[in-house]
Amino acid sequence: MTYMTITATDSDGVRSAPGTALRALWSARTWRATTHLVTGLLIGLASFVGVFLLVAATFTLAPTLVGAVLSMALLLVVNRALTALQRSRFAAFLNLQIQRPAAPVTGEPFVRRTLRGLGAGSTWRQLGYHVLAGVFGVLAGAIAIAVWSAGLTFPLAFLYTQAWGGISLAAGAASTVTGLVLLFAAPWIVRTLAMADAAIAQALLSAESTEELTHRVVTLAASREGVVDAADTERRRIERDLHDGAQQRLTSLAMNLGIARASLADAPEPARDVIAQAHDEAKHALVELRDVVRGMHPAVLDDRGLDAALSGLAARSPVPVRLDVQMPERAAREVEAVAYFVVSEALTNATTHAHASSIDVRVKFERDRLQVTVTDDGNGGADPARGTGLDGLRKRVSSVDGTLHISSPPGGPTTLTAEMPCAL
Amino acid sequence: MRVVIAEDSVLLREGLARLLQTADIEVVDTVSDADALLRAADEHRPDLAVVDVRMPPDYTDEGVRAALVLRRQWPDMAVLLLSQYVEERYAVDLLTGETSGVGYLLKDRVADVTEFLDALHRVMDGGTALDPEVVSQLLVRRQGDPLDRLTPRERDVLGLMAEGRSNTNIAQALVLSDSAVAKHINNIFTKLDIPPTDSSNRRVLAVLQFLHS
Repeated sequence: MTYMTITATDSDGVRSAPGTALRALWSARTWRATTHLVTGLLIGLASFVGVFLLVAATFTLAPTLVGAVLSMALLLVVNRALTALQRSRFAAFLNLQIQRPAAPVTGEPFVRRTLRGLGAGSTWRQLGYHVLAGVFGVLAGAIAIAVWSAGLTFPLAFLYTQAWGGISLAAGAASTVTGLVLLFAAPWIVRTLAMADAAIAQALLSAESTEELTHRVVTLAASREGVVDAADTERRRIERDLHDGAQQRLTSLAMNLGIARASLADAPEPARDVIAQAHDEAKHALVELRDVVRGMHPAVLDDRGLDAALSGLAARSPVPVRLDVQMPERAAREVEAVAYFVVSEALTNATTHAHASSIDVRVKFERDRLQVTVTDDGNGGADPARGTGLDGLRKRVSSVDGTLHISSPPGGPTTLTAEMPCAL
Repeated sequence: MRVVIAEDSVLLREGLARLLQTADIEVVDTVSDADALLRAADEHRPDLAVVDVRMPPDYTDEGVRAALVLRRQWPDMAVLLLSQYVEERYAVDLLTGETSGVGYLLKDRVADVTEFLDALHRVMDGGTALDPEVVSQLLVRRQGDPLDRLTPRERDVLGLMAEGRSNTNIAQALVLSDSAVAKHINNIFTKLDIPPTDSSNRRVLAVLQFLHS
C-alpha cells in the first residue's frame, strides 16, 4: 500500500490543459505505462494458458494421486516464476515495488512444501492474479494498442481523402477528429489502465495481507508459548528425576560411607584414609548436584513460590544480599521461573565477575508487570555482547515477552532490570 | 531412645534406620507416608519422629503438617524434619509457642554422620537443631537496622546460636573460649534488645522471634 502513489513518480509540469495534453503524449510515464500494458498482454496470455492447463491437469490427474501432486507442484513453481516476472514488470515500468513473500523454508520435504504452498492464502491470490492477467491484462493491453493505433492513424484519414479520395470528406473529417480525440485521450487511458493493474497487483501479488500477518503472529505466539512451556516442563522433569534418582542414591552412598568411617575406627590407616576420602568426595558430589538442580529449577519455586526460592538463593550467596519481594500472590509459573533465573544469574555475575561486596534484589508487581531489579556495587563493565550469561538471560526474558535492561558503566554500579508482563 | 522414621524413599529410609541402629538408637517403626506416621506415633509413642517433609500423596509439605499434629497431640515427642530445601516459614510454624525438641535440617546433612547424630541427640534431649541455611535465610530477611550493629564475629555467634547450639559447641566451632562466647552472646542480646535467658532452647526462640519479627 506504500507504493500506491505511482502518479507522483514523475511530474508533467504545469497543468495548463493543452500544454499538459501535448506533453503527456511524449512523457516517459505515458510510454512506460504503455509498455507495461503491452508486456502485460503478452505475459497475461502466457500465464492464462499455463495456469489454466495446469489446473486442468491437476483435476484430470486427481485420481492418480502422484500425478495430481506433481502437477500441483509444477503449478506452484510456475506461479512463483510468474509472480516474480510480474513483480519485475511492475518495478521496471511503474517503479512499483510489490512486497516479496517470505523465502521458502529450505530443506523442507517436497510433499510438505507443496502442501504448505497450497495451503497459503497468498498462493491462491497470486494464481488469481495470473488468471485475471489473462483477461484484464490482455484486454487492457489490447485497448492500449488499439487506442494508440487509432490515435496515430485516424488523424491521417483527412489527408487520405484529399490525396486519393475514395471516402467522403465528411467521413474523413469525422475519422480525423475521432483520431485526434483518441490520440490526446490515449495517455490518460493507458495511465488509468496501468493504475488499475497496479491496484489489482498490490491486492493480489503482495506477500501477505494484514489478516494473514495477524494470524501468523497469533500462531507464532502460541507455538512459542508451547516451546517455553515444554522447556519448563522438561526442566521440572529433570529436577524430579535427579531428586528421585541420583540425589537419593548419592545421599545414601554418602551416609553409608559416613557410617563406615565412624564405625571402622580400628581399621588399618590406609583403609581409613580411603574411606574418609570416599566419604568426602560423595559429600562434595552431593553439594554439586544440589547446586545444579537449584540452578535449573529448584523444587521450592514450584512448591512455595518466588519469594521463598529467592530467599534461599540470597541466603546462599557468598556476598551479602538484601532482598525485598513485594508480590501479593503467585505469578504464572513461567514468569516465576524466568524471574528466579534472572536473579540467580545476576547474583553469580555480581559475585564472580564484578567482585561486588553487596547486592540488592527487588521484586515488585505493578500494573500487570513484574519488575525484577538487581543492583550490585561491583566494578561494572558488564556487556551482553561479550559472551557471559547476559545474552542468554535476555533471550530467556524475551521468551515471556519481557525486556531486560542492563546499566553497567565501567567502575560500576551494575543495575539489571527485567520487566515481564504478568497477570495475577 | 525409641524412634519412628517417616520417609518415602526406600533407600534413605533403610539407610537412616541403619545409621540410627549403629548409634544404638532403637528404630521402632519405619513408614512411608504421613498417615502411617500418625498411626505409628499413636501406637509406639516414640521419643523422636524423623520426618521427611515431602511425602505421598501430594509431595508438598505433608511432613510439616504431620509434625504439627504430632506436636499438638504429644508435646513431649521430639520431631526432626528433613527436607530437600529449607523454607523458613516451616521452621517458624514448628517453633511457634513453647516448644522443645524440634529439628529442621536439609536432607543432605545425613551424609555428615557425626554432625547429624549430634543434631539428632540435641533434638531428642529437648533442644533445637536448625539448619544453617534456615538461619541464613532468616538473616537475609532481617537485614539492616539492629543487625548492622553486630560485628562479623557476633553475627557468626548469632547464627550458631539460632541453629540451637550450646555455648560449648559454639566455642568449639569458632575456636573460642567459653567465656569469650558468653561475652559475645551478652553483647548480641544487648545490641538486639533481647531479654537474656539461660536455657539455650528459650534463647533460640528469642533469637528466631527477633529474626522473624
